Amino acid sequence: MTRFLIRRIAQGIFVMWLMTVTVYLIFFVGPGPSSVARVLAGRNATPKTIAEVAARLHLNEPWYKQYGNFIWSLLHGNLGYDYYHGQSVNSIIAQAFPITLSLVLGASVLWLALGVFTGVVSAVKTRSAWDRSFTGLALFFYSMPSFVLGLLLILLLYYDLTKAGINVFPAPGAGSWVGITQNPLQWAHVLILPWITLALVSAATYTRLTRGSMLDVFGEDFIRTARAKGMSENRVIFRHNLRAAMTPIVTQFGLDVGVLIGGAIITETVFSLPGLGYTAVTAITQQDLPVVIGVTIVASAGVIIANLLVDILYAVIDPRVRVN
Amino acid sequence: MAFNIQQAETDVAGAVGAAPAEGAAKKIEGRSPWRLAWERLRRDRAAMVSLGVIVFIVLVAIFAPVIAAIVGHGPNQQFRGPNPPLGLVIGQLGIPKPVGPSASFWFGADDQGRDIFIRVIYGARISLIVGVAATAVTVAGGLVIGLAAGYFGGIVDSLLARFMDWLLAVPFYLFAISLVSVVLVHPIGPIGPGLPVVIIVLGFFGWAAVGRIVRGQVLSIREKEYIEAARALGAKPWRIMFVDILPNLLAPLIVYATLLIPLNIVGEASLSFLGVGIQDPTADWGKMIADSSSLFEYGPWWYLVFPSLALLLTTLAFNIFGDGVRDAFDPRGGPFV
Repeated sequence: MTRFLIRRIAQGIFVMWLMTVTVYLIFFVGPGPSSVARVLAGRNATPKTIAEVAARLHLNEPWYKQYGNFIWSLLHGNLGYDYYHGQSVNSIIAQAFPITLSLVLGASVLWLALGVFTGVVSAVKTRSAWDRSFTGLALFFYSMPSFVLGLLLILLLYYDLTKAGINVFPAPGAGSWVGITQNPLQWAHVLILPWITLALVSAATYTRLTRGSMLDVFGEDFIRTARAKGMSENRVIFRHNLRAAMTPIVTQFGLDVGVLIGGAIITETVFSLPGLGYTAVTAITQQDLPVVIGVTIVASAGVIIANLLVDILYAVIDPRVRVN
Repeated sequence: MAFNIQQAETDVAGAVGAAPAEGAAKKIEGRSPWRLAWERLRRDRAAMVSLGVIVFIVLVAIFAPVIAAIVGHGPNQQFRGPNPPLGLVIGQLGIPKPVGPSASFWFGADDQGRDIFIRVIYGARISLIVGVAATAVTVAGGLVIGLAAGYFGGIVDSLLARFMDWLLAVPFYLFAISLVSVVLVHPIGPIGPGLPVVIIVLGFFGWAAVGRIVRGQVLSIREKEYIEAARALGAKPWRIMFVDILPNLLAPLIVYATLLIPLNIVGEASLSFLGVGIQDPTADWGKMIADSSSLFEYGPWWYLVFPSLALLLTTLAFNIFGDGVRDAFDPRGGPFV
């Protein structure tokens, strides 16, 4: 197990290192040697700021010194300085992160419950009316881009209802965010439509995955053995089948959460929730690239750590993984 | 392609141990896996209906200029000013307001007085082009690299596998918008923002998933006796990869490609929605949906609803069809892809 852990963590660090190289190539090499400082200083930067940026990031020195400086700051947990807002990138990310976390964790509970429940029902009652409607709905939401669903919900549940005098759902907008520690009720109120959007779109994958995985397991010998022993069908379904069928679901869940923690970009943009993704998108329209670099690094780390955790969890559950 | 399919037939027949005799009989025997799949697909009513929808969308996209000529509205034509039919009318407080669905504007008009119906049918062109082109890039890239990784093994495999791990760990939208943001400031050669960048970005970040599948399949196929035989006969690696192994991969690749098209269509629409894909004034569904969201207060639901319906109909049709194709190739519903 220790050897597996060391190897897997080394792989993770290697992939993370590749990420920093990529980010460096995109932002420090991509714009061309003469314009890096100008691009990083943001729009409307004065020549003085540009010169300062160039000096601070060692941009007039050879590439290995530039990259060395870049990765050295990263290793010290310093994600850079945002010249556009005159603020460190770390503090911008620290403000945005709780919002993304609230959105993703809340939605993930919803979609997991919804997806696994409908998947189990569909698998147990194959070809029934329930199965048909759940798989049909899953295909529908699977095909639905999240921004389409989000905007339709805003149009119907916010604008149209509000016009009809029913004021239930909050206005989307960056100003409406409230932390959970300040006012838990209002926190949930602001997040309810984003949660529904993200959960419905994601749950579809889990319905399909759970159904397929459970149907596969129903064909296994140990299920027949369990039934032959006279075990109750409920016990067969939940203790034997669902448990064995959980592995692909756990994997998918880990990867999905890992990706979204780095910014549920589209959902956040639709609802103007100032999380990591929204911050990155607005930074791009403002040509405020240091923030984009910071969010990209954090998001990559999120995906890599999620991958790592899923693999380790796998190895704990299934000893065969460790050897291979 | 015809050659490869022919090869696949003989290979598959050989692999399952069918002993085709000679002449005409051999031909019928050999065709069976593909014909069986086609016959299963033809009996799948949902798949056939969605295929019809796809054909309809393709025809609409091809004949968009003809339809535009019949209606008499151009995709970028702004209907404002003194002459009817007007796309913009003066609303409350003297603010120009887009007109809703009517006899002359079937899907209403947008905030610039352009005909949404015409823009929706022109948008189908972008979606289909990107969906097909990005899928082609993805499948071709994944195929070549997956074949190389799986066939050569060793250091080549380790390097390519790590590279694919890295690509799969990339936060796609962030990297895509980062890349495009740099391209917006500083075009890399001829690659400016717009259609080519969208196809390149989707293809580049998409191939690793195909590559991993191909690699896995090649790892098992290369141990088969007929590959050993080919090697013993002195066949060169490229010949074994593309003539002996490739045909066995065609079925999973076709299935995967069908399911990739809707993903790439959504990917394109999402990039355009975020403002880093197709740029104004080109008619594009994702862009139209993004633009509509700033107009909700005026109440023009049609600006959001019609492009959304077009997008949803397209992805839904491709997904249902893709599911049908998968079931047709693998009726057990097992872990095929």
